[in-house]
Amino acid sequence: MSEASGAGPVARAGGPGLPAEARAAIERLRPRYPTAEALLLPALHVAQAAWGGWLPDAAIQAVAAELGLAPARVYGVVTFYDLFHQRPVGRHRIRVCTNLPCALRGGGEILDAVRGTLGVDEGEVTADGRCSFVHFECLGACEAAPMMMVDDRYHGKLTPAGARRIVEELD
Amino acid sequence: MAFEPVLTRNLGNPAVLAVDGYRAAGGYRALAKALAMDPAEVIEVVKASGLRGRGGAGFPAGVKWGFIPKETESPKYLVCNADESEPGTFKDRILMESDPHQLIEGCAICCWAVGASTCYVYIRGEYVEPADILERAIAEAYEKGILGASVLGSGFRLDMYVHRGAGAYICGEETGMLESLEGKRGQPRVKPPFPAIVGAFGAPTVINNVETLCNVPHIVERGADWFRAIGSDERNTGPKLYCVSGHVERPGAYEFPIGVTLDELVERAGGIYRGRALKAYIPGGASAAILPAETSHLKMDFDTLAQAGSMLGSAAVIVMDETTCLVRATLRLAKFFNHESCGQCTPCREGTNWTEMVLARIEAGAAAAGDADLILRLTRNMTGTALCPLADAAVGPIRSLVENFRDEVDAHVRERRCPLPARPFFGNGGSS
Repeated sequence: MSEASGAGPVARAGGPGLPAEARAAIERLRPRYPTAEALLLPALHVAQAAWGGWLPDAAIQAVAAELGLAPARVYGVVTFYDLFHQRPVGRHRIRVCTNLPCALRGGGEILDAVRGTLGVDEGEVTADGRCSFVHFECLGACEAAPMMMVDDRYHGKLTPAGARRIVEELD
Repeated sequence: MAFEPVLTRNLGNPAVLAVDGYRAAGGYRALAKALAMDPAEVIEVVKASGLRGRGGAGFPAGVKWGFIPKETESPKYLVCNADESEPGTFKDRILMESDPHQLIEGCAICCWAVGASTCYVYIRGEYVEPADILERAIAEAYEKGILGASVLGSGFRLDMYVHRGAGAYICGEETGMLESLEGKRGQPRVKPPFPAIVGAFGAPTVINNVETLCNVPHIVERGADWFRAIGSDERNTGPKLYCVSGHVERPGAYEFPIGVTLDELVERAGGIYRGRALKAYIPGGASAAILPAETSHLKMDFDTLAQAGSMLGSAAVIVMDETTCLVRATLRLAKFFNHESCGQCTPCREGTNWTEMVLARIEAGAAAAGDADLILRLTRNMTGTALCPLADAAVGPIRSLVENFRDEVDAHVRERRCPLPARPFFGNGGSS
């Protein structure tokens, strides 16, 4: 199936398919569900991490093959959810909340500060591959507004200067 | 007598993250008590308590449990809704982070009551740290014999798994959540059949919010009468976490008997931001109608807020002071609903798009004559015409803007600009 992929296989330990450790991680989850299809979201999370934070066609094909699903079905799911990406992302992924509770406390200014610090537009990756950012809907931490998410961590009670410092200190 | 926190009593006591610490604080006694009761008796206690769902709809939890068929060979499921995505809501995250075993205990009691032997906690994908905390707590609960082959040695088998979402507000809707759990796009199902009959994987399923389930151990341990004595009246019982955000000095989740007023909440949160005056507030998350300052004395419970034309929802209280442009605030919510509409039903897909567009031109000083009435017509066509409540949710704040704050909308249209002296939020970056 991977031969059919336009993106070309990504060099990984396990060849063009899923890396062995990703396959093992998915297998460990299999007994939790009565159907293979229910493994799709967990498997896509695993695959996305294995492919550096996004899902090229090869990753989608590999997950489809692993779970015995039609690739179109997997595409349909990938395009539905905001946390699955079909374009490359930075090594660090920044999500700035701009929904109302954060906006009331200056979330827009935090977004401006992040944009200004990185010098790229939303959804683009810095030239060194280090960072990408997007504005995001409510992340459920309004007590700490304005806030943003960097990779898996929440940072709250931000000022524009504080947000800039956090972004600059990312390796 | 001063109200003693129930749900957040262990806040600030990290020992309860471990089973021993949770037990030392009185934990897992309720589960032992429930296992010694007949399951039907447990359902009766929860019914008698009057506990209503804390996720937004306020449906009586015990009644929902009672819908699960008893005489069936089919497996049954509990799906705990931890998809907390309603803008302004963060209580479930705090409950899971600070006291994960309270949730596990509530889930286990529910499973015993309805005869489910598998529980999925569907947690929003962004909650990576809360999911890790919960995973660790579940793993320890298995080690200590609280979950697994024989819950507390009772012979009752229960498996509990954390299932991560992937960023979609609609998956907080119960049938959208089931679709997502099954590995599909999170598009809500046609009801009936209701999940109690045909739910996860075609089997009878209870879906309850995190906070709802966290109430359950306390009800079982202290009794329905104790629970009913907390709150505003017979239909609005128990403790409640209110998420206070926006223009207050100390935003946070505050626990009160259900039916606290906005005035009391604002006082607890240190007053309105920088000593300004209150202008408006949203009592129940982005889906609730915006209420004017004059209503700040109302009891914030299910029925009082419904009578006032709004709703308790998830009790996400977004406070806006006198400097807030309500057209702009509502536009931000309209953008949210437009982004989150799953696109399945035409009135929602088109309606959320149109309402955002019309609000955007009013806000930008480019309104056409009659735009305020156009918004009212659009919201009428979106009400009750879609499969799930998302369109009705979008209508909540948008219609209330025109109905409750007509002068401010008309001033935008007439003066072709925001009539307020400054626009204090979004800074210079209106791009979001």
